[in-house]
Amino acid sequence: MSDVVVFLFSSSGPDRATEGALGAARNLADSLGGRVHAVLVGASNEALMRASAAVADAVLIADDPALAEYQPEACLAALVQISRMISPRAILLGNDAYSQELAPRLAHRLGGSATGDAVELAVDDGRIRARRPVYGGKAVAVIELLQSPAVVWLRARAFAPAEARDPSGATVTRLAVDVASAGGPRIIERAVEDAGESRLEDARVIVSGGRGLGGPEPFRDLGEVASLIGGQLAASRAACDAGWAPPSWQVGQTGKKVAPGLYLAVAIHGASQHLAGISDAKVIAAINIDPDAPIFKHCSFGIVEDYRKVIPLLRTQLAAQKK
Amino acid sequence: MNIIVCLKQILDPLIPVRDFRIDPELRAAVQGSASLVTNIFCENALETALQLRERAGGKITVLAFGAPSAEDSLRKALAMKADDAVLVVNDGNVHPDPMAVARVLAAAIRKIGAFDLVMLGRESGDWGAGQTGGLLAEELGVASVSFVDAIEVADGESHLKLHLKRQTDTGWERVAAPTPLVVTVTNDEHNVPRIPKTRDVMMSYRQPLAKWTLDELGIDAAAVRAGGDYYRVVDLSIPVRETKCELVSGDSLEDKVSDLAARILQVTRAM
Ligand SMILES: Cc1cc2nc3c(=O)[nH]c(=O)nc-3n(C[C@H](O)[C@H](O)[C@H](O)COP(=O)(O)OP(=O)(O)OC[C@H]3O[C@@H](n4cnc5c(N)ncnc54)[C@H](O)[C@@H]3O)c2cc1C
Ligand SMILES: Nc1ncnc2c1ncn2[C@@H]1O[C@H](COP(=O)(O)O)[C@@H](O)[C@H]1O
Repeated sequence: MSDVVVFLFSSSGPDRATEGALGAARNLADSLGGRVHAVLVGASNEALMRASAAVADAVLIADDPALAEYQPEACLAALVQISRMISPRAILLGNDAYSQELAPRLAHRLGGSATGDAVELAVDDGRIRARRPVYGGKAVAVIELLQSPAVVWLRARAFAPAEARDPSGATVTRLAVDVASAGGPRIIERAVEDAGESRLEDARVIVSGGRGLGGPEPFRDLGEVASLIGGQLAASRAACDAGWAPPSWQVGQTGKKVAPGLYLAVAIHGASQHLAGISDAKVIAAINIDPDAPIFKHCSFGIVEDYRKVIPLLRTQLAAQKK
Repeated sequence: MNIIVCLKQILDPLIPVRDFRIDPELRAAVQGSASLVTNIFCENALETALQLRERAGGKITVLAFGAPSAEDSLRKALAMKADDAVLVVNDGNVHPDPMAVARVLAAAIRKIGAFDLVMLGRESGDWGAGQTGGLLAEELGVASVSFVDAIEVADGESHLKLHLKRQTDTGWERVAAPTPLVVTVTNDEHNVPRIPKTRDVMMSYRQPLAKWTLDELGIDAAAVRAGGDYYRVVDLSIPVRETKCELVSGDSLEDKVSDLAARILQVTRAM
């Protein structure tokens, strides 16, 4: 009852997010005096298995064919069954869409309590507490989960990876689950939008555009700037809602949480909900016509100018100075 | 198609950071001069429901659990052309936990009657729990799909009556789903909420609106009034984060942009 389960979808990782989730699980289990069970859900993934074995006490592989492709009801049923086998004190998930979709329902079925977007976990007198941003990033709350198990989906990059140990110390077991009868909604088509070279979450440089761009075309110019500096494109919610950028480009509280070395915000106001997605960026820079835009309170450097004048010159300058 | 859309009234999430205050004792935001608005994702849900009704027919009931002021959110929804409105009056607790809310909504939905589809926002702009939809689905004993941005009624006789489009981390998925169903809705260029006509806003104040008390719902009203036993907020604070922004310098625009380019390359080269 003091163990920690971390569910990892084997379609992802190993990456900084799975490392963070494993690190969070290790720390929490150590505070509780329990073991870490890393459960890999989906088709087998050798690299993720090795990364998990270097942190967890037990690696459990749930690679039933019914789980190879995510289907919500089947996956939920599997997670419930696996959780019941282990009876953990806490269950951790990442902040991908599937984890967010499942976590509250998993908590409900197990009689536990859930919270999400946690950036810190603590054990206080046996009770599990999660720190998370609230009010669109304007405040931070500490939430105490009253029922057990605590089910928490993490802003995984906010957690430090664990020190790797000898992976041969971990047991590796394949788990059988019975999800054949799970009916309900079925995913019948999957589409991946043009995402550039890597996932936005892993991008080292991001050039992001907002409503101030005034239309879809300027994203092409931003794309040229981005390619000069090895960057990827992203957008504010306002730009996505206008249809200038696909929803998967949205950065913020309800978009991607990114952590690039450089985030260049072009014609983005800097609403707290947008900033909530870039708090892990190392350097933020801004191009905005309004000197009072809040983005300037959060960036390292910037320019107060019309982006339409800046971008063409910036392209030439970057190309020239790169030589 | 009987559709229920759950609406939450919240403190305007767009107030500037400098005007945002909290009450550390109550562990909640102070309203101050900020207005109360309908959570944007609830309006995205209502917009998606209105578009579905235009194609498939049916009836939309909007449901809120909130302070008496939440009537304004429901009136606005009526002005946007929802058919019916129900307010479950929250008589005291400023922040019932998501399970308490889900239990109230589930009880209210049972009282409203048969439904095909319950729609919620993906998360609320104040506490952003992002879990009322999932918990409500479990309370009602039906399946749920999150991050939906469009809904169609499928052709043919399949029991998978609905075709949903929903957003994933890398793109989108199409989902065939049976009814009854719970969905949470996210924003997309096609579900930006419509602005009601002034005439419809005036009219909405003459439309009937049901007001129910917690005691009428056949649930443990005292537990809800106490805030629930799912989670509690033990601390709320405003983070301090200071960065000093250096604006690029130079006499001409060319000089300034040259400085900007140099700083950008300095950062990317160091990576
Ligand atoms: C619950 C909730 C969740 C949300 N989640 C997100 C989220 O995940 N991500 C997100 O981004 N937003 C989110 N928002 C919305 C957020 O509050 C803002 O509305 C949004 O970020 C504004 O986008 P913007 O900065 O592009 O647009 P605006 O606020 O319109 O700002 C445009 C900026 O462009 C500048 N500008 C205009 N013309 C020029 C020019 N020619 N040259 C240079 N600059 C110019 C302006 O000075 C202004 O600063 C959320 C809101 C809520 C309520
Ligand atoms: N008090 C409430 N009344 C009606 N709907 C609510 C209430 N609280 C939450 N919801 C619904 O649940 C969604 C997600 O809220 P949350 O889980 O609190 O982030 C909201 O967008 C609403 O659709």
